[in-house]
Amino acid sequence: MKFRAFEISRKLRNSIHTGWMIACLSVVLLIPLFLTAGLAIKSFPLLHQHPLLSLIFSSNWKPLSGEFGFYPFIVSSVWVTIFALLISIPICLLTSIHLTQYAKKWVLKIMQPVIDILAGIPSVIYGVWGILVVIPFISNHIAPMLGKSSSGYSILAGAIVLSIMVIPFVLNILIELFNNIPVELSEASLSLGATRWQTIKYVVLKKGLPGIISSFGLGMSRAFGETIAVLMVVGNVAKVPTGILQPGYPLPALIANNYGEMMSIPQYDAALMLSAFILFVVVLFFNAGSRILIIRSGKHN
Amino acid sequence: MGPSGCGKTTLMRCMNRLTDLNTQTKVTGNIFIGDRDILNTHDDINEIRKMMGLLAQRPYPLPMNIFNNVAYGLRISGRKKKRFLEKRVEHYLRQVNLWEEVKDRLRDPAAALSIGQQQRLCLARGLAVDPRIILADEPTSALDPISSQLIEEKFAELKTSYTIVMVTHILRQARRIADHVVFMYMGEVIEQGPAEEFFQNPQMEMTKSYLKGLFY
Repeated sequence: MKFRAFEISRKLRNSIHTGWMIACLSVVLLIPLFLTAGLAIKSFPLLHQHPLLSLIFSSNWKPLSGEFGFYPFIVSSVWVTIFALLISIPICLLTSIHLTQYAKKWVLKIMQPVIDILAGIPSVIYGVWGILVVIPFISNHIAPMLGKSSSGYSILAGAIVLSIMVIPFVLNILIELFNNIPVELSEASLSLGATRWQTIKYVVLKKGLPGIISSFGLGMSRAFGETIAVLMVVGNVAKVPTGILQPGYPLPALIANNYGEMMSIPQYDAALMLSAFILFVVVLFFNAGSRILIIRSGKHN
Repeated sequence: MGPSGCGKTTLMRCMNRLTDLNTQTKVTGNIFIGDRDILNTHDDINEIRKMMGLLAQRPYPLPMNIFNNVAYGLRISGRKKKRFLEKRVEHYLRQVNLWEEVKDRLRDPAAALSIGQQQRLCLARGLAVDPRIILADEPTSALDPISSQLIEEKFAELKTSYTIVMVTHILRQARRIADHVVFMYMGEVIEQGPAEEFFQNPQMEMTKSYLKGLFY
């Protein structure tokens, strides 16, 4: 009898524990769903009056006369992100290869905390650094060199600041990734007479390719959503940028600058919600895209 | 031969200078291949390594298809003609009795093969750079009995044309295929000699008790 009671309480406890685990899991799963639904509902008043495509591809941003064209913001976001990645990809790849394949162990041991510190610096500090260093450098040196004049507040400034912010994040993933590739694999290649570089090119990079792609995919969604630091240096002019020395106005900056400020303008609220929605979808798309690429290149290995 | 942790693998890694990769390891002394001291030389290390095919404890196929795994060594040393590569790949895959099993799926990833097949693929890959010596580090320890037997049979065949240095802690395996035995314990060579003599008439006490199975 006693045994039976024990058995029942054992099973009961088991199901209770399983229960709260499922509850926690469903919270994690439901949050993005609620977010998506909330953004969609809130942006509906605007979508009700204008078709989505005309909103995305219109460059007229005149909230007072009810015209909301998101094209300048989307273009700014895409440009800043792409240029940030163009700057950070070679730096991250070469650094991580050197640290894991060539450098002595103590170098990596010193670098690891340095990278962690870089990753932990609040983004507003990167923004200040951008204003103090990057912007004067662009307006005094880079723009004249290209024969143009610029205030410095530009797509390029945003991209530089952003690339610095993305580097530690991506670098950490890459170092982890390269360290997880079995040494024996490189040894097999070396013992066939391959040089260090041939081994890295044909074996290490090839083996790590899915991970490399996904690390940049993740870096990309991070860059796309980064707000404060970019907002501080990018100029925030609602026009389609025509060059990298022109100011831009990425989506996150639009939301952060205006939410709560201009709510008296009709439909402004819905417009900001729609831009948040677009941002959300794009980040989701980058993430999904990098996952698909991983699966694909995994098949070829 | 020797119990695990006695330095067999380390000794083997000195031979093809993989110890160079570990900056904390220092190797002193001489390793002669013929008249050539490969440890104290400024010769091209890639060329030294190429003289020796390596077969590791577990197969590590390169992240590419079956064909390219075998062709890899040839490609990196500059042999790129397609016809030539096709011929050589077939030759070496036949040599390790793998050709019939994989000839219809040469473009499949090497990782899709069974462990035993992978190990034979790794052997073919090593043979393809035309080494003089084969270094095998417990090449059957991760394999099932049948695959192990295949590798052993292959070694018996290959030892007529290559010098094979094989690390093993399996006494019976050493009895089956060794011509010359080196017995190591705690980083030192205890005894060595021709296999027959070594197994019939060991000199050292430690060797005797190892052969009796008193420790392993």
